[in-house]
Amino acid sequence: MLQIDLAQVETVAKELYVRALKHLPPDIKAGLSRLSTTETNTTARSVLGTMLTNITVAEQTDNLLCQDTGIPIYNITIGSGVMVDGARLKQAIRRGCERATREHPLRSSIVHPITRVNEQSSCGPEVPVLNFDFDASEELSIEMIPKGSGSENNSFLKMAIPADGVDAIKTFVIDCVLAAGGKTCPPTIVGVGIGGTSDLCMHLAKRAAGRPLGSVCRDPGGAQLETALCAAINSLGVGPQGLGGDSTAFAVHVELAATHITMNPVAVNMQCHSARRARATFSQRGIEYGF
Amino acid sequence: MAHHDFDFPITEQQARSLRVNDTVTLQRSLFGIRDATLIHLFDRGRTTRFDLNGHAVIHTAPNVKPVPPSSDHPAGYAPLCVGTTTSARMERFTRALMSDYGVRIIIGKGGMGKETLAAFSELGGAYLAVVGGAAALETTWIERIEDVDMDDLNPESLWRFAIRDFGPLLVAMDSHGASLYDAVANGAQARRDQALRSLGVRT
Repeated sequence: MLQIDLAQVETVAKELYVRALKHLPPDIKAGLSRLSTTETNTTARSVLGTMLTNITVAEQTDNLLCQDTGIPIYNITIGSGVMVDGARLKQAIRRGCERATREHPLRSSIVHPITRVNEQSSCGPEVPVLNFDFDASEELSIEMIPKGSGSENNSFLKMAIPADGVDAIKTFVIDCVLAAGGKTCPPTIVGVGIGGTSDLCMHLAKRAAGRPLGSVCRDPGGAQLETALCAAINSLGVGPQGLGGDSTAFAVHVELAATHITMNPVAVNMQCHSARRARATFSQRGIEYGF
Repeated sequence: MAHHDFDFPITEQQARSLRVNDTVTLQRSLFGIRDATLIHLFDRGRTTRFDLNGHAVIHTAPNVKPVPPSSDHPAGYAPLCVGTTTSARMERFTRALMSDYGVRIIIGKGGMGKETLAAFSELGGAYLAVVGGAAALETTWIERIEDVDMDDLNPESLWRFAIRDFGPLLVAMDSHGASLYDAVANGAQARRDQALRSLGVRT
């Protein structure tokens, strides 16, 4: 049994927020490099070049990649062989998020939804967002995603009907990308949720948008849609920053769930080119940081 | 596709000299504004002591660190990370920024709409595109935070930045009715049906 020290969880939650904001995962860096070699539009090549330069500048100056510190999301996976007090784990992560904001310091991007008061802590009711999952391992994994608002503001849900079939899903995804234009900071990872209930569908889309580049949907039909939709999106010409070009999406990621006989829900959640995420894994080896 | 080097404030004639696909490098000063700043200025009747006449505003809310005031940090803030946010949310404020405060240049990302384009034509202004998400780079163009107003809205205060070689930025909307965003969106919309057919969707 792996015993979890909650003081360490607090420190890790703090560290993960700052790490995520400063270091882009290798799959995203490689994705940007790939697009910059295949892009044919002159303006788009220049925009992608600026994005690559920014990654280098952020590393050289130990600065945040983007000013948007996002909505902090922590995805926690607890293995069967892990002993931890869940309620205190939640408190520790929240304290870590708050400490990152005050101690670095980071811009607190979080306000009360009615009063719009900013507590300068990156925290508020239900925020940071905490998602829990479980597996059979002897590890505790914490993934941190600072979800930027430019991409998050372009989130869409459609409760389509069975008679409209997969065509409704495809059409909706294309129309969401058109509606978003440059507002999502393309090139994006287009996360698509299919099936489930309305809330699960949206959650699947978010999970899809957070998946590493190169990962593939476990469902063969979903995987096929990923490839086909990505090619179709990149034929639209929206381009990086909505200024035209071939590089509108790095990839389309699909996550799906079973749904009701009367339902055909589809959701879209996008992740911007600064697709930030960081991970820490607690195991018998200690704490390891990665992506 | 000319390049312009603008030392702020600028004149209406200078703003009208810009054409889409030109590039601009900005010098001297730049004001940071955002959703809350604009809501308080135009919906809640607040005013600013800053003179924005002939100036450029950028859609931003920076990461800053409170420090003791000094010549390097006259406002008591060190800029940590200054970037650009999505402009579209602030569409309805462009005309008032220009007519009430004399703003000539809007800097943002993702582009703005028809009302903004009309205001640029009538009053003489332009929109410059920053590469969104490239804030670490953008921060190297900021010399210091000179002053801050409406700081109860922090980080959505009204910021006055001292800048050096800010850019080059792309002119994406001008005073002659041209918008790169409209051109790209129209083209993308025209390719929609072909994209759907490639997916086997009956259109």
